[in-house]
Amino acid sequence: MLLEVKDLTVDYGMVRALKEISFSVNEGEIVTLIGANGAGKTTTLKTISGLLKPVSGEIFFQGKRIDGLPGHQIVRMGVIHVPEGRKPFVDLTVEENLRLGAFTRDSGDISGALERVFKSFPRLRERLHQRAGTLSGGELQMLAMGRGLMAKPKLLMLDEPSMGLAPIMVEEIFSIIKEINQQGTAILLVEQNAFMALQIAHRAYVLETGAIVLAGRADELRDNPKVKAAYLGE
Amino acid sequence: MTYFLQQLINGLQLGFVYALIALGYTMVYGIVRLINFAHGDVFMVGAYLGFFAIASWRLPFPVAIVVAMVGCALLGVLIERLAYKPLRRAPRISSLITAIGVSLFLEYFTSLKFVFGPYFRAYPRPFAVRTYELAGITISNIQIIVFGVALVLMVALTLFVNRTKTGLAMRAVSFDHQTAALMGINVNNVISITFGIGAALAGAGGVLYGIAYPQINPFMGIMPGLKAFVAAVLGGIGIIPGAMLGAVIMGVVEKLTEVYISSTLRDAGAFAILIIVLLVRPSGLLGKKQKEKV
Ligand SMILES: Nc1ncnc2c1ncn2[C@@H]1O[C@H](COP(=O)(O)OP(=O)(O)OP(=O)(O)O)[C@@H](O)[C@H]1O
Ligand SMILES: [Mg+2]
Repeated sequence: MLLEVKDLTVDYGMVRALKEISFSVNEGEIVTLIGANGAGKTTTLKTISGLLKPVSGEIFFQGKRIDGLPGHQIVRMGVIHVPEGRKPFVDLTVEENLRLGAFTRDSGDISGALERVFKSFPRLRERLHQRAGTLSGGELQMLAMGRGLMAKPKLLMLDEPSMGLAPIMVEEIFSIIKEINQQGTAILLVEQNAFMALQIAHRAYVLETGAIVLAGRADELRDNPKVKAAYLGE
Repeated sequence: MTYFLQQLINGLQLGFVYALIALGYTMVYGIVRLINFAHGDVFMVGAYLGFFAIASWRLPFPVAIVVAMVGCALLGVLIERLAYKPLRRAPRISSLITAIGVSLFLEYFTSLKFVFGPYFRAYPRPFAVRTYELAGITISNIQIIVFGVALVLMVALTLFVNRTKTGLAMRAVSFDHQTAALMGINVNNVISITFGIGAALAGAGGVLYGIAYPQINPFMGIMPGLKAFVAAVLGGIGIIPGAMLGAVIMGVVEKLTEVYISSTLRDAGAFAILIIVLLVRPSGLLGKKQKEKV
């Protein structure tokens, strides 16, 4: 098991956002966490990446306990979180953003990593010296994912990569996610777009108001009447 | 005309010293959104460290500057770790009040007899003052040193921030702590480094101030500190070139007010500038028009 989350509970002050959730991601898998607004998806990713401290529960990565570690150490272990809303450094150039993605790596590895990113996102090469703030929404998502790839992730956590994108761009982003996975990176995908997420994922968890209510193989959940009604609009 | 140029140069000299202080204000604000009111007092400590290095320990002048810079860097980091870091998640007013407390502490603690003492001290000049005449304008070797040291430090800072990995990390952290942490940046370290660099520059400024206006006391940091703060706001707080520009303007305006209008209005000029900036262009000369970054 690559990532194991056990009985994780997280509060914001008096508000309980996650109630003893447990799930896992194996090597080579795409696992998706789907759920409506406010279900706790972002909270889950933030807790794994060390931005939030859980009230109770445990998180293991490659068998090592990581809850309680500072965020930068978790990144060093290969857990990379591409945040909701992309969070580009808008005043910096595309190149500087990508270099920040490789912050934990030796400078010698950077040009190779850049080439790897350009293979998935050729458009970033053309925009290299442009301020990130001038990119389009789709390009920003490419930058956010490219920045994540620069760190050579073992586990790439994506928070709503399809948010606000045109359908054709969503297709493109999802096919790239699949490609990244096929090259050996495990993926934890958080999505409201359950339809797309269940198409590329191997397994899925459904989160409702801070608790996991359904879990299983993605193709099984796709046919589950409850999921169909609540998340696929069928 | 020569008189004007002469005063312009004197004003620039003052402005360069202000710039070294203003940079610390602006860098610290950029990274933790805190007006570090103790910064002027760090400048004062730098002046004293230079004083002891030259007068008591008989160190050469360049070494005295390094002593002041290193000493102030350590002091800056210590202040951040002890006073501000525990309050990073507290309401902003808490750290502001703490900053004022640290400022008062530095002023009165160093006034104690066994520390720096409450009296004025004449600053030792490490070398004889020489003046050179150039087309009717007099320039002293002291002025040349002030300009030279300040310029070297400002260029070095600019290169550091724009060309090094740590500089890139500083820019990332000043944009957003959480996202910077997701890049694997140790945000706490970057904040400490920023305080250290800002304090080191103020320390160098203190020594330059000492040799240029050769009298120091434990309260000497208040006025230059305030003016440097105004300079940082004038240039656009959080913006490094803005602090340099704002400080040079402040120095020149102060000097010209003093000689052309009235020396008693000298300090009023600084605060008139602050009020005008806040009214006309609150984000400062180089600041973006939009609201503060998140
Ligand atoms: N900073 C915060 N302070 C207080 N409550 C918060 C905070 N952030 C999130 N919450 C609450 O925690 C719950 C879970 O939020 P979270 O952002 O994890 O949801 P989400 O599943 O990512 O939703 P979305 O799909 O809208 O992004 C929500 O009820 C939200 O209101
Ligand atoms: Mg969310």
